[in-house]
Amino acid sequence: MIARRFLLATVAALALVPLAEAAQDKVEIVEPWARASLSGRNSAAYMTIHNHGTEKDELIAASSPVARVVELHTHIMDGGVMRMRPVNAIEVNVGEPAVLRPGGLHVMLIDLTRDLKAGEKIPLTLRFRNAGERTIEVPVLAPGATGHGHGHGHGHRH
Amino acid sequence: MTTWQRIGLAIVTAAVAGGAAWLVVPAWLSPPKTHQVQVALPAGVTLGGPFALTDETGARVTNETFRGRFMLIYFGFTYCPDVCPTELAKMAAALDLLGAEAEEVVPILITVDPERDTPAALAQYTDLFHPRLVGLTGTEAEIAAAARAYRAYYAKVRTGPGPDEYTMDHSAFIYLMGRQGEFIALFNPQTTPEQMAEAMRRAIAAAPRVSTMQPQGGRS
Repeated sequence: MIARRFLLATVAALALVPLAEAAQDKVEIVEPWARASLSGRNSAAYMTIHNHGTEKDELIAASSPVARVVELHTHIMDGGVMRMRPVNAIEVNVGEPAVLRPGGLHVMLIDLTRDLKAGEKIPLTLRFRNAGERTIEVPVLAPGATGHGHGHGHGHRH
Repeated sequence: MTTWQRIGLAIVTAAVAGGAAWLVVPAWLSPPKTHQVQVALPAGVTLGGPFALTDETGARVTNETFRGRFMLIYFGFTYCPDVCPTELAKMAAALDLLGAEAEEVVPILITVDPERDTPAALAQYTDLFHPRLVGLTGTEAEIAAAARAYRAYYAKVRTGPGPDEYTMDHSAFIYLMGRQGEFIALFNPQTTPEQMAEAMRRAIAAAPRVSTMQPQGGRS
């Protein structure tokens, strides 16, 4: 009886693990944040995306109710000239997290429908080629923030 | 040709093609060094000069308006989601590090997107970063003249068919100019606020305010 219960538990666990992996755990989004900005202007969201699955995935699109258009962008730094360009997808390789950060890859929030204020959270839906859609809550940091808990862009007193 | 040489060549080619002013700095042809504080200019090359623009209150200003104080200048635009906020925040952080001496320095954002960056738009945007940050705009010709004086590169890049669907490529340097508008230092995106503050501190110490000068009161 004990053995049978154990067996059942094992079968249940085995059945659940792949399901959970497929739906949730394959792609993990760590430390997302977005910049405070003004209605009608643009902002950017940053994060680190881990791929715990067994095959390569790609972030292919994103959307948010706070922006009329959301695009995936990168920056090409030509010496001292910054050129921002859209990209079709951001690769998320197994064991090699995709790092979206200032001055590089980012999710660009274009034509904001309202002000984004430091301290609030905004919903952001990310679409992955394999892992499907994930909606996350993204904390909004100061306009000049450079990341979570470090960097120079503290909120400025007025 | 190395990648960096190609990039350097591409900048010059783009700048010539676009008819815009640009910075030709040999340092660009080598990869940026992590601890590179300032960009060295080739012998004989200087930056800065007269400009006539409109400030965020709608008032006409020139380089003479700021004479007697240091200027910390950045060329950017308010629709810039990433690089401009980062650089403007660095300027603000550097000024904070300076403490009371920061009063000697006027932080300035000159827009490279005068089409969208009206004085009102700049006023709203600059407040996000520093209460004293001054936004300057002007006609296309006035902005082009200012950029030429500072050898700042910018170019409009269409992102869609709509009139508003464009972004701006632009050089991301910060300029420190002296009390007479003379060039002192050029900072790149690798420069930290600490390094910038130190350069300003040295510049202020080398040219302390003349006591007979008008007190710089009245600014908030």
